[in-house]
Amino acid sequence: MIARLIEGVPRRALILLGLLLVALLAAPLLVGDYGLSVLILVLYFAYTGQAWNVMMGFAGQLSLGHSLYVGLAAYTAAALYVHFGIGPWLGVWIAIVISMAAGLVIGFLAFRFGIGGVYFALLTIAFAEFTRVGFDHFTWVNGSGGFFLPVAQYSVNDALNLRGSPTMFYYILLAITALAFVFCRWLLTGRIGYYWLAIREEPEAAQTLGINVFRYKMIAVAISAGMTALSGVFFAFYYNNLFPEQIFSMNRSIELILGPIIGGVGSLFGPILGAFVLTALAEVLNDVMVALGYELPGIKLVFYGLCLLAVVMYLPNGIWPPLRKWLGLGERL
Amino acid sequence: MSTAPLLTVAGISKSFRGLRAVDQASLTVPQGGIVSLIGPNGAGKTTCFNMIAGVFRPDEGSISFAGKNIGGLRPDQICHAGIGRTFQIVKPFKDLTALENVIVGALRTERSTRAAKKKAEGVLDQLGMLDKRDQPAGQLTLPERKRLEVARALATDPKLLLLDEVMAGLRPTETDQMVTVFRELNRKQGLTILLIEHVMRAVMALSQHVVVLHHGQVIADGAPEQVVRDPSVLECYLGEEADI
Amino acid sequence: MPADLILTVAVQGILTGLVYGLMALGLSVIFGVVRVVNFAHGEMMTIASYAAIVAFGAWNIDPLVSMIPIAVLLFALGYAMQAVLINPFINRPEHSQFILLAAVAIIMVNGLLMIFGPDARNVLVDYALDSIEVGPLLIDKVRVITAALALVIAALLFAFFKLSRTGKAIRACADNHLGALVVGLNVKRLYALTFGIGSACVGAAGAMMTLLIDTTPNVGPAFTLQAFVIVIIGGLGSMPGALLGGVLIGLTEAMAGLFFAPSAKTMFGVAILILVLLFRPQGLLGRRV
Repeated sequence: MIARLIEGVPRRALILLGLLLVALLAAPLLVGDYGLSVLILVLYFAYTGQAWNVMMGFAGQLSLGHSLYVGLAAYTAAALYVHFGIGPWLGVWIAIVISMAAGLVIGFLAFRFGIGGVYFALLTIAFAEFTRVGFDHFTWVNGSGGFFLPVAQYSVNDALNLRGSPTMFYYILLAITALAFVFCRWLLTGRIGYYWLAIREEPEAAQTLGINVFRYKMIAVAISAGMTALSGVFFAFYYNNLFPEQIFSMNRSIELILGPIIGGVGSLFGPILGAFVLTALAEVLNDVMVALGYELPGIKLVFYGLCLLAVVMYLPNGIWPPLRKWLGLGERL
Repeated sequence: MSTAPLLTVAGISKSFRGLRAVDQASLTVPQGGIVSLIGPNGAGKTTCFNMIAGVFRPDEGSISFAGKNIGGLRPDQICHAGIGRTFQIVKPFKDLTALENVIVGALRTERSTRAAKKKAEGVLDQLGMLDKRDQPAGQLTLPERKRLEVARALATDPKLLLLDEVMAGLRPTETDQMVTVFRELNRKQGLTILLIEHVMRAVMALSQHVVVLHHGQVIADGAPEQVVRDPSVLECYLGEEADI
Repeated sequence: MPADLILTVAVQGILTGLVYGLMALGLSVIFGVVRVVNFAHGEMMTIASYAAIVAFGAWNIDPLVSMIPIAVLLFALGYAMQAVLINPFINRPEHSQFILLAAVAIIMVNGLLMIFGPDARNVLVDYALDSIEVGPLLIDKVRVITAALALVIAALLFAFFKLSRTGKAIRACADNHLGALVVGLNVKRLYALTFGIGSACVGAAGAMMTLLIDTTPNVGPAFTLQAFVIVIIGGLGSMPGALLGGVLIGLTEAMAGLFFAPSAKTMFGVAILILVLLFRPQGLLGRRV
């Protein structure tokens, strides 16, 4: 299995990945509290972007409602913890099942009835909105008033209940992100990866080659939703507060997909690079505005919008593919 | 030629918005045979193909393959039944390399990607495309893409191959190369072929049997030399450019 | 609950729905011809609304008057967007077009947020609270006026597409892109015109909307979704469908607000959308593809 993972990957690429991993492992010792919180944000977007990329980048199904899976999972795990004392390591499985089920329902409705492309994207938004309004009135989790987890003492790390210091969260998230990277590489080099790419490129031809297009699209949605669920659970336990207005919003969905789009849709490293680039740009922008003593609501998102516009116009495949070529690294990375 | 037919199409019809594209067409393809489906543009050839390949469900009539009724199955089920096809307008997986394109097909029968890769290399070699294996399919020339399309279909191990105008746009020498490839596949591996073709050079060289479709109806059916002399066939081609 | 009240709310909902319909009509026209889904539709409407608010605040111009220059302004905006941004994207994959327009939408919402801040604004004309008595019903005057205007504009648009030379050329373009190119139509210009016309609809709707609801920058995405819901229900590309969808959504929202919570109204619209997608994916008045 490991042979399949690294087959055709140039040694240089492996070394670079190893160095990156070492740097990320050592980072908490070097960057301080604020730097760590930024890195957590980077990894959060990298991981979630990776999850979204399975659906769009691999199988070619554009979802603009991934906040649905984040939100459902976050609320599930948080409610189980607060109401029943069920810890996140158990709750996460239930959260994954619920998010997957939501994804499968949407996928079934769309793919069975031949809803593709733009219509599918709109359907994903519609479901996220539907759920957002639903949660606004869902009193069991305090509706639009927000749902809160008891905040932990930072001095004790209770990894079993995901209560503890940012450093603990950082390492857990790093492990998840690294595993997701390997998992996606594994998917992409296997039968399922070939089938997804075929469906993304030419669904009709794919079906002619014996691929059950409906089934493989459903699998893509399920895996993507399930992976995204994990980031929802993380979000709930890291930030300790959930508002339907925020977690299910369309803006959140768009924020989640900016990384992979800027990094490179369909590539493995694109979502990670995209998350780094975007977060770094946002930080620089923040610093500049603080230095100028000047703060306007919305300016950060205007800037995001302009970046997105520039990338989609001038680098239609994202930053990573040209960079990958320039570095002489393997094609499927 | 006297063996039982591999494919039997009996009286299939298909209408689009009231227009009868195929009207009670029947044809048979014997096991190990090469049959051409010809006719002027708009005669319903591709519609016929699409019904056999499972893209459209016939309004009436039946299609049986290797003794089983396959009418109304989905394209992927048709593939698993043992029918491979190419598209008139080629549909390569553009971002994938030539080899990866063929691997997708080979995965129908192979269990591991490693085995599929090996098989795909064999098929590419057979079609003289091994040197293009690492090129993205989007960068191949049209004749290469056509061959890739054939390779991809062949990799699924079909018993019957449906070829939709694979010779169109090829130069005469390239056409002859393709004809040789198909002849060899037919002779050595016993592959049965049903092809739609405008290039009469290929039709005459390859087929043992020709079916002529006009306005959705079969107007002639027989040996190639016999069919091209059929007055009704000549009439329907009058004014059409028959590429002889 | 008294029948009069229910009927009043229903009529008000239908009237509001006609303005929604006008907004969605813009989206439908654009999609029907250019085959691009304008993901910044609601945001463009919000720009029009703020233009009307500014015109009223600064020069005391009634939105029913300022809607004409605003429609022209939005026409120019739409024309420019198509000519500069979208035309190069016509042959790009759908998700690229989507992301392009999503980026434009993000810039618009947050640009408005930077300029006007997050607070809700509205236009209070002196007849804002007037109502018209129809039998036992009391109907808001502004709703009657805006609905009537929406119908007039829609009728003008129908006439334009049926009768004028340019309108016919645009329809030819929509039916057969390649054919239009072959007979020498300047397809890119016609696309830009169409995007402009669709934007003008949304401009007029946006100006009128200031009389009906409060405007914040954040209503943009909500109205984009609303417009999608309406045109999919009515049938993407169908002009009468957009109006019908608008009326249906207006009515549903009004009823949901009356019988449930006003904040839950979008849920019902989306529920109808899901039902339509399931049982009649081409929309109520759409053609089966």
